[in-house]
Amino acid sequence: MIEIKGLTKKYGSFFALNDLNLTLQEGTVFGFVGANGAGKSTTFSILATLLQPTSGDAIVNGKSVRTDASEVRKQIGYMPDFFGVYDQLKANEYLDFYGASYGISEAERKVLIPQLLELVNLTHKRYEYVDLLSRGMKQRLCLARALIHDPKVLILDEPASGLDPRARVEMRDILKQLKGMGKTILISSHILPELAEMCDEIGVIDGGRLIAHGSVADIQAQLAGERHITVKVKGLLENVATFFEEDPFVSSVELHTDKNSVTFNYRGTDDDQIDLLKKAMDHSIRIISFAETETDLEDVFMEITKGAK
Amino acid sequence: MKQVFSNPVLVKEIKLRFRSPKSFVGILFYLIAMCIFVFGFILLTTQFTGTGYFRPEESFFMFAMLTYIQLGLILFITPGLTAGAISSEREKQTLNILLTTAQTSFQIISGKLTSSIAFLLLLLIAGLPIYSMVFLFGGVSPGQLGIIFLFFFLTMLAIGSIGIMYSTIIRKTIVSMIATYGTMIFLSAVTGFIYLVITGMNSMVAGSIASSPFGHFFASINPVVLVLTLISPGSDTFITDTTKVDFPIWAGYAIFYICITVISIFISVKKLRVNMKRTK
Repeated sequence: MIEIKGLTKKYGSFFALNDLNLTLQEGTVFGFVGANGAGKSTTFSILATLLQPTSGDAIVNGKSVRTDASEVRKQIGYMPDFFGVYDQLKANEYLDFYGASYGISEAERKVLIPQLLELVNLTHKRYEYVDLLSRGMKQRLCLARALIHDPKVLILDEPASGLDPRARVEMRDILKQLKGMGKTILISSHILPELAEMCDEIGVIDGGRLIAHGSVADIQAQLAGERHITVKVKGLLENVATFFEEDPFVSSVELHTDKNSVTFNYRGTDDDQIDLLKKAMDHSIRIISFAETETDLEDVFMEITKGAK
Repeated sequence: MKQVFSNPVLVKEIKLRFRSPKSFVGILFYLIAMCIFVFGFILLTTQFTGTGYFRPEESFFMFAMLTYIQLGLILFITPGLTAGAISSEREKQTLNILLTTAQTSFQIISGKLTSSIAFLLLLLIAGLPIYSMVFLFGGVSPGQLGIIFLFFFLTMLAIGSIGIMYSTIIRKTIVSMIATYGTMIFLSAVTGFIYLVITGMNSMVAGSIASSPFGHFFASINPVVLVLTLISPGSDTFITDTTKVDFPIWAGYAIFYICITVISIFISVKKLRVNMKRTK
């Protein structure tokens, strides 16, 4: 379990983190969403005991990052957003070094390293020098490194950044496997739909403040009150637009002449929406489709952060 | 004890060091430099005849020169090997990962320092066959050589610790290098100059030489002065006469450099990781 209590990090008068409070149960996969400089990496750095908070505390499985930093380090596997590798080490030696750094015996390392390389699909690269591996392979190797001491908590800062689509899919598959192993995973990403797919909870951070936290569905519900509707028609668009604009629950009507469609935001209830469709049919509007557009995480993020600013 | 010998950073550093051709090239040039001097000196003394003779006094002179050359090499190589130990990890973005492992700060610092010192010891040992040429001609005892090597080791340890300390507290390797070389120059040259100024002023002001503990202190911490007192014990008496302080130079040197080593390692260990407990 992770408990973040009033975590604040100040640089002069600038708040990189401002009174962050968050509780995550064991086995939760938590996605941290935020623009660059929002405070994601600062939070992760404090959890990884690399950065001293100005005030507040974070408790990882009962150990405080302030008073029990060395114990916290044993509990976590940390993968930073930017990291280097030792040029002259081979992939298996790289893992061996970090295994030894966690006090794992040589005999155990000999068993563990092939298993980890297999998990991240790098068995065939075990004798390759690390600096000769591709970006995606290095990311996977770094993930294997973060897992070497079998941590209960994984802190992954932008693990998919800079990867091509195939490498991203591979990374996502590995993370799903780790989720299946019951690890508590904190992950930040700019690829928001990816987070939506694998996270149990997401947190939206902006300007150092956690402005939304909950399941993906919960957060999408926070935006409720407005649905986004697209109507595709046959015939003159202008008349259609005028018809919808007259409805009291409709706002932000937009014409898309290329698609012969109209989009608008709707604040009415389900029954109101049914009535609206009926009225449109009665008005001889030739409707091909009348559909509610699914709000994805990207829209949620844009909407929430817009409000925060 | 077992932890010291199974230090992962030490093992990794030695592995990385000997996978780079730079280390072998370094040893090669070090040995070439020593060979040029030794064989050049022998050839000059024997006037390139190949049949000349070599007196014990000349052998001693060669020993003295070799000792100073080796001291100079140690003073210049040690900062280069240690002043980037931590800062280069920071620049390569490998430090953060290393700091999140279960290794203690002392393990990381001692691993870095030991690997650098081990390489320097290798240089010294590799140079021993050339050094031992002086035994062929007499004039130098093995005990004298042993004591000199002991002080070389202490000097390497102290300068190496200073390099590691700067590397820990300064973010950029280049700045850390400058600071370490600056400190090395202060210890090996400026202290000697300060000693000369203090004793000079002392004799001018007082008319007769008064006691000058500061002058003695600056002479004691100067590696050049130390080596002089080790290879020519009479010079110790000269410093005692000019400062009126009767304390062995080697003892002052040993105390000072052991203290410097301990303080530098302590600061490095304390500053390697952030203090999570402190509230700003």
